[in-house]
Amino acid sequence: MDPECSQLLPALCSVLADPRQPVADDTCLEKLLDWFKTITEAGSSLLLLQENPCLLGLLCHVLKPQDLSPRVLSFSLRLAGMLAAQEDCFQYLQGDSSLFVASAAGQLLVHILGLSLQGPAEGHPGLQTGDWPVCAQKIVSHIEESLRSAATPQITQALNVLTTTFGHCHDPWTQVLWGRLSPLVACLLEKDPVPAAHSLVDLLLSVARSPVLSSSSSGLWETLAQTLSHLSPTQAGPLALGILKLQECPQVLRAQAFAVLLQPLTCVLEATAQAPGLLDSLDGTGGASVTVDTLLPSKAACVGLLCRTLAHLELLQPLPQRPSPWPQAPLLGATVTILRLCSGSATPTSDAGGHLCAFLVGCVRVQRAALDFLGTLSQGTGPRELVTQVFAVLLEYLTSPDSSPTVLKKAFQATFRWLQSSPETPGCSDLDPHAHLFLRELLPVLPKRLCSPCWEVRDSGLEFLTQMIGRWGGQAGFRRALLASEVPELTEQLLRDPESYVRASAVAAMGQLSSQGLRVTPASPEHPGGQQKSLLAELLHILSTDSEGFPRRAVMHVFTQWLRDGHADVAGDTERFVARVLQVASQDLDWEVRAQGLELALVFLEQTLGRPSSHCPYAVTPPVAAPPSSLAQALRPLCRVQLFEFAFRALFDCDRPVAQKSCDLLLFLRAQTASYGGPQGSGSVPEVASVEAALQRWQAGDQGQPLGYLEPEVVVAVLRSMDLEGLRGALAESSDRVEKSPQSLLQDVLATVGALGEDEADCY
Amino acid sequence: MKLYCLSGHPTLPCNVLKFKSTTIMLDCGLDMTSTLNFLPLPLVQSPRLSNLPGWSLKDGNAFLDKTELIDLSTVDVILISNYHCMMALPYITEHTGFTGTVYATEPTVQIGRLLMEELVNFIERVPKAQSASLWKNKDIQRLLPSPLKDAVEVSTWRRCYTMQEVNSALSKIQLVGYSQKIELFGAVQVTPLSSGYALGSSNWIIQSHYEKVSYVSGSSLLTTHPQPMDQASLKNSDVLVLTGLTQIPTANPDGMVGEFCSNLALTVRNGGNVLVPCYPSGVIYDLLECLYQYIDSAGLSNIPFYFISPVANSSLEFSQIFAEWLCHNKQTKVYLPEPPFPHAELIQTNKLKHYPSLHGDFSSDFRQPCVVFTGHPSLRFGDVVHFMELWGKSSLNTVIFTEPDFSYLEALAPYQPLAMKCIYCPIDTRLNFIQVSKLLKEVQPLHVVCPEQYTQPPPAQSHRMDLMIDCQPPAMSYRRAEVLALPFKRRYEKIEIMPELADSLVPMEIKPGISLATVSAVLHTKDNKHVLQPPPRPTQPTGGKKRKRASDDIPDCKVLKPLLSGSIPVEQFVQALEKHGFSDIKVEDTAKGHIVLLQEAETLIQIEEDSTHIICDNDEMLRVRLRDLVLKFLQKF
Repeated sequence: MDPECSQLLPALCSVLADPRQPVADDTCLEKLLDWFKTITEAGSSLLLLQENPCLLGLLCHVLKPQDLSPRVLSFSLRLAGMLAAQEDCFQYLQGDSSLFVASAAGQLLVHILGLSLQGPAEGHPGLQTGDWPVCAQKIVSHIEESLRSAATPQITQALNVLTTTFGHCHDPWTQVLWGRLSPLVACLLEKDPVPAAHSLVDLLLSVARSPVLSSSSSGLWETLAQTLSHLSPTQAGPLALGILKLQECPQVLRAQAFAVLLQPLTCVLEATAQAPGLLDSLDGTGGASVTVDTLLPSKAACVGLLCRTLAHLELLQPLPQRPSPWPQAPLLGATVTILRLCSGSATPTSDAGGHLCAFLVGCVRVQRAALDFLGTLSQGTGPRELVTQVFAVLLEYLTSPDSSPTVLKKAFQATFRWLQSSPETPGCSDLDPHAHLFLRELLPVLPKRLCSPCWEVRDSGLEFLTQMIGRWGGQAGFRRALLASEVPELTEQLLRDPESYVRASAVAAMGQLSSQGLRVTPASPEHPGGQQKSLLAELLHILSTDSEGFPRRAVMHVFTQWLRDGHADVAGDTERFVARVLQVASQDLDWEVRAQGLELALVFLEQTLGRPSSHCPYAVTPPVAAPPSSLAQALRPLCRVQLFEFAFRALFDCDRPVAQKSCDLLLFLRAQTASYGGPQGSGSVPEVASVEAALQRWQAGDQGQPLGYLEPEVVVAVLRSMDLEGLRGALAESSDRVEKSPQSLLQDVLATVGALGEDEADCY
Repeated sequence: MKLYCLSGHPTLPCNVLKFKSTTIMLDCGLDMTSTLNFLPLPLVQSPRLSNLPGWSLKDGNAFLDKTELIDLSTVDVILISNYHCMMALPYITEHTGFTGTVYATEPTVQIGRLLMEELVNFIERVPKAQSASLWKNKDIQRLLPSPLKDAVEVSTWRRCYTMQEVNSALSKIQLVGYSQKIELFGAVQVTPLSSGYALGSSNWIIQSHYEKVSYVSGSSLLTTHPQPMDQASLKNSDVLVLTGLTQIPTANPDGMVGEFCSNLALTVRNGGNVLVPCYPSGVIYDLLECLYQYIDSAGLSNIPFYFISPVANSSLEFSQIFAEWLCHNKQTKVYLPEPPFPHAELIQTNKLKHYPSLHGDFSSDFRQPCVVFTGHPSLRFGDVVHFMELWGKSSLNTVIFTEPDFSYLEALAPYQPLAMKCIYCPIDTRLNFIQVSKLLKEVQPLHVVCPEQYTQPPPAQSHRMDLMIDCQPPAMSYRRAEVLALPFKRRYEKIEIMPELADSLVPMEIKPGISLATVSAVLHTKDNKHVLQPPPRPTQPTGGKKRKRASDDIPDCKVLKPLLSGSIPVEQFVQALEKHGFSDIKVEDTAKGHIVLLQEAETLIQIEEDSTHIICDNDEMLRVRLRDLVLKFLQKF
């Protein structure tokens, strides 16, 4: 520790120990801990304590019963734990009413237990806990006592300690510990209701994941099976998911877990009397069938359980260890049914179904969860008939005026995923006829959504459109349908939407439409003489005048993409385009716009120098002329668009990412120029000096003076004389390194306390 | 307590409550769906309509009235909940011998007047040369084409009332404010509460000292323009009569407003016109407010909005002056000062223009594409008929139905074939079933009474168990022309004691906190108020008829037996019996108490909560002994 910090430390400790001086911000305590961690990792904790007796004073002080804030207590405990990693000499506290303190104390226990059993002398602790060090034995009997307790909080703490232990440590002694404690844990299952079920599930999963414990088949799988059948459906869900995620696990248990997970969906299918085929395949997974009344008794329980189940299945679906065969068809059937129950369009045939319908109608939470899962299910295939139902229910949601904005967004996302996964017609990458039919019904809905008074709806409609054009913009069928609709015209109108997010999405959509040649040509009979502005001009207008950052960023993305793709509007006069865009972007207040300007500059640079981009492997090969013969010739277009002025300015940008990006660009450029051989002509030294002087002023913060047109030779000379590597190194260091220094942190903490005092004075 | 149900229409209720000695009519809505059986009344001669084969244009419009279930002249007061529920008022106040008072809030009366004025104006400005009523004869009606021949109770259909009748009816209304307590004959008190549905809309509390009936008519929990609904005051009701829920329980008003705006924008952008058939007050204020926020974002700033109604101007102006009846947000605007509704700004900036009819100024200002708000939502009369004829042929135009009162398909029937687009966005802000179940949980009435339509899912969606009232005990349902005995008995009545009489009482504490006293008094009842007055002093009988009769009136105070109170502890009683020489005592428990059997004496003592019987065979001595033993355990005063 440097002496400055050592000097500040006693004051800090006395502030922390004083309950009358509250620490306002506990993030600074976290930072302090991080700092102490680096110190203890680097050197001896003992030395730290000896050199800074105030720390010991603080730790002893907090052990006395007093009115100390839980924040400071938790901080001190964690600090003690950290120091204990080397010293093993601190008492512990457990059972504090504060969650943080209890958790810290629990972690401390785990550390002490771990340390005492891997101490240097013992090497291999005995197979009997009786041979363990006194300290460890004490902890074990404390845990045993807690597990036998009737109070749930105590049981929870004991379970949490064990979970942490088995999660972090896979030494053989954990096997001994589990062997001794597992009967007590099993006893918990006999209670009704099972206490601390959530923590119990965590513990069992932590045991099952531990390579040491799961391999020594000490009744673990039986315990898990027993737990699955004892817990309530809500509690069993996370356990079932955890079991199914395990790499190694008996097939019977997996089947049982999967059945538990599927139970709510089986209920839904049963209650709505779905085709027996669907039911069988869900039921066949082994679980006893449960009735709706017991599993989904009330609205809150029903909604909660269905949401969790759908979320669990969504997590499970993409995993390689997911159950096989995966019941894709029944899952699709159940999800579609849930969605139809939510929209009120399902016709339940039983009383139970009627109740379910009443619970779910209009429930936005379930709708969102079901649409998310439906989207995930698009990864698999399904019977034709079910896929038809999927599209039908999606269309229902997209059409319904009752769909809430968030539900609609999810419906759009799911729709895109399903369209994407629908089989392609052989020999043609167009949409299959089925999806085409769907699209024909969807396209009339889209204009209405784009006119919605709710901006979220307009926004998600545009996002969907952009995705669709990106994927199928080249396909004749899609193009015909889109052009026959009002969508392109409406999209263009949304460029002037009052909501900035919508304008940004409209910019992206228009960029795509234009790239694909889908922008509607103006001068229709209804707009006589309506000389419509070119889209390029319109986007440039947005870039230079829009008051919000999002639309401007979107414009820069579109422009970069256009340049990359050789868009017709750009290819006509690329230099003018780049010059104009860079000029506007350099004055933008939003750093992301400036950074994107550098991206655009890089694309232009790569195209001009005739090197295929290494940064964008997926970019279309730009229409480049043959590589220019001399360096000056190569650099001239860059000079004409004032790319260097833009890049140099960016180099000294107050936002680090911009400066870094510029530095990379200039380094790339210098490497490129090197391949053209040595310097060409050296008659312009005075000019170089004046540029360098200007750059120095820029670096000092005075960016007023422009560089004007630079000759290629001057640029090369300046580039070579600059210490770009050094600059890159400096930039690589975090820009807030000064603010992050421990000294500044300590000063901050003290200053906050001081400021608090001043505030008090002000009040009087 | 009885409820006479005169209307089967759940949102246009008309019920009569007999409570204590009063007869109270709750609302008098007018079901105008029968107008759908008639042809539209065109403002200009329509060759298409007049040349339809087999139809006749001869009859005036008629409206459904109620059956004679009760003599309406006996109705003491009429309580009006909102302006939609008073449209039948002239029929009742002018033609039934009604002599009572009508209570309503000021906005209800003013806007109700506008609605009636508009209705009368719509009908009267296209006068009929002749009218026919012979077809109402059942034998002739049977020969008419469907659906006319299937129409029920056509004999009760009435011609529209006149402006004189409207004015006379409205003159019988007494204005009330929210939470104002109105005494009816000293028997009951009625109080209007804000119901959140429309300007001045109310629910009513009808209560006596010990009974409370709440009448919930059109109410809304959504934040629209009116003052929010007062739920708390509905608590502790013995009976809650629940009517006027949303007519479209599956349509969420927010979604529908979105749908309305989107379709409007799409039509206008394509150069088409939008027609919105509507009432001149109510949802139109909210629609204009939504459009005010929407038109700029949708690029519709240059599109003119026209509001055409004989009462358009008054409606727009009235809405701005009823500040105290508005929601909090709008109320605060008044203090800024700003007009509470943004349609003032739309008018100022010439975006919204209003006209009394399409004749006159409108025809010179008229510019297309445009949006027209006009009545009547039934499409049978009013300026809307003209616009339907004018715009119906082009598929560029759209008619958007927002009022839920009429089936839009039936409304459109006489205009078929129709090229214009039809959008159905019913906006009904009244309570839906989820809100009702929350409300009932909150206010917890002992009994709920509602139209039978609310106790089962709608016929078209029989699986939607969520679209019905679900409460415990189950709601009592009524249908048209039914008389319901409300399920609670009056048990208490409040009686005042005159101070001098109260002074003379000598209370005796029979257990801590409870004292009793015997009262001898004269009960005096007048105007439904009961007062105990001191009995006249007994005067010496000095002969003479008058005096003698007066002394007859004096209650007989002399032979008063002491009153008993307390309970008999059986075990101690048995011990006492044993002490007094009775043996062979058996005690049996019964449902109401105990039976003590003295087997030797062949005697039974029945001890129950409120009585004790000694049954023995002709042994008066024994009975008196036993009676005295029983009395030892009781207190006397």
